[in-house]
Amino acid sequence: MNDKKIKAADFDTTYVPKKSNPVVKVIIMILLIIWAGINIFPIYFMFTFSLKSNEEIFGLNVAGLPRDWIWSNYSRAMGTGNMGLYFLNSIIVTGASILISLIAAMMATYAITRIKWRGNKLTNAFFMLGLTIPIQASIVPVYVVLSRLHWLNKYSTLIIPYSAFALAMAILICTGFMVEIPFDLDEAARIDGCGLWRTFFRIIIPLMKPAYATIGIYSFLQCWNEFMFANVFISDSKHRTMPVGIQQLSGSYTTDWGPIGAALVIATFPTLLIYVFLSRRIQESFIAGAVKG
Amino acid sequence: MTDQVVVKNPQAQRRKKNLILGFNIFLFLLPALFLFISILIAPIVVSVYRSFQDWNGMSAGKWCEPNIFQNYIDMFTNSVTMNFVVALKNSLILAFFSVFVQLPLSLGLALVLGRKPKGERFFLTVFFMPVLISTVVIGQLWLKIYNPDYGLLNSFLKLINLDTWTHIWVSDPKTALGSIIVPTIWQYVGYHMLLMYAGVKGVSPDLREAAMLDGATPGQVDRYVVIPIIKPIIRVSVIFAVTGSLKAYDLVFILTGGGPQKLTEVPSTLLQQQLFLANKYGMGSAISVMLIILCFAFALLITAVFREKDN
Repeated sequence: MNDKKIKAADFDTTYVPKKSNPVVKVIIMILLIIWAGINIFPIYFMFTFSLKSNEEIFGLNVAGLPRDWIWSNYSRAMGTGNMGLYFLNSIIVTGASILISLIAAMMATYAITRIKWRGNKLTNAFFMLGLTIPIQASIVPVYVVLSRLHWLNKYSTLIIPYSAFALAMAILICTGFMVEIPFDLDEAARIDGCGLWRTFFRIIIPLMKPAYATIGIYSFLQCWNEFMFANVFISDSKHRTMPVGIQQLSGSYTTDWGPIGAALVIATFPTLLIYVFLSRRIQESFIAGAVKG
Repeated sequence: MTDQVVVKNPQAQRRKKNLILGFNIFLFLLPALFLFISILIAPIVVSVYRSFQDWNGMSAGKWCEPNIFQNYIDMFTNSVTMNFVVALKNSLILAFFSVFVQLPLSLGLALVLGRKPKGERFFLTVFFMPVLISTVVIGQLWLKIYNPDYGLLNSFLKLINLDTWTHIWVSDPKTALGSIIVPTIWQYVGYHMLLMYAGVKGVSPDLREAAMLDGATPGQVDRYVVIPIIKPIIRVSVIFAVTGSLKAYDLVFILTGGGPQKLTEVPSTLLQQQLFLANKYGMGSAISVMLIILCFAFALLITAVFREKDN
């Protein structure tokens, strides 16, 4: 080991590592700032035009900060635009889907990773099929079945498919976390007389807490933003979710941009708020989802 | 006699124990299996079956005539009511731009951020932001940007005296597809960047240092050390970009609705029309089966291409 160190020191005198060019560094920094601007600007534009009057948006003040802050755009979006209701619907649908997929994924992952039996690998591979199956694949039969059962236009019309589509990723992330828990704990619990279920509830569920945020974030984004199923399966306004609600609103307020901007902000701010506090976690959950898959 | 009892009992007990264990495993898997089979697996099986039928969703449905593959044949020939070929071409154009514009951009950003510039965290956080926003919001936002009378884009062009460049972006046949491609690429650059950035960060600093000591420039380190290591991630990104383009729906539906003159249709918008405007559930099923086949085929193809390159 010592020899190597000496050698490396010798090389240092002959091969001086090239310093990166300061001009290149400045150019790179400028490009990064420009791209950051391209990413922030549409969001800034959305926030500002949600507070402007038509006169400002349509000419007086297209891109600047609003001169008069017209908060009534928000009350109009919430009131006549029904955004309050759609917001609530989105929360119900998303919350229930996260909960159901999380419970189902936890139970399935427990059976796959912590109970020894033939076929647990095969079962895992079977669930992982869900990562590649496009959501379009099931839309026709699911729609026909639901309409025959008169099951369209309910919360559960969306909750069940959303849970199913969030499941594969939830199992994938769960597996990553659950294999990290030492297997000795299961052994100890068994010696103490705990059965499978007691071990699951008393040991696994409390120890999996860090996984819940990762899975929850991923499922949240998937369900909160989902448009195709919501657009196809829900036709009455009572159960409409935010994305479809916005689409409807923009159809009826074609000439009045303020309330539409307000609706866009209402739909976006929960996500951005969570992102501000949990940006690292969110990024980690996306990486966990893709790199292992 | 006593011996037999002693020997037989443990066996019976073990069998009973295994049965209970099996039952418990089944119970643990039950909720996931129920969701998975009822929403994903069974519908695909039904879709494949119905894709060979002429079916309006209500009646019993009869096998396609004269050929059982008639729906699939119509998909590629019957261009009056529905132009699948154009739709497929559009999604492949989208895939092309995703792979050759979006991914290089993502890779560039990931490599640059991997060199630890000032504000690394800030840039990473900002670049990833559009991924989190609903495509409906993105679509509506871009509609406002594209608006022919008051939109930002035309206003900007007029401001810098390029009035002749102004367009009715989403309804001009020349610019409609492009106006879908730009926001799609913009939204997901950050997603691919994040995946690649995770890979770049995973490259051991020793390896970098060793290359630097050998006199490599930062560009050469990226080219000959980092990129080969993160190749598996690039493969995943390419697969996601291509299958994502095949599945595209939200932004197309919101920005152009498939128009003008059905020039910007994609398979998923056709699927929706077949179901709700034409009541052709058999054809709709055929389109979704086609989508699954295409997604899997492209995923396999891309994997094979990457393996070929390695050899």
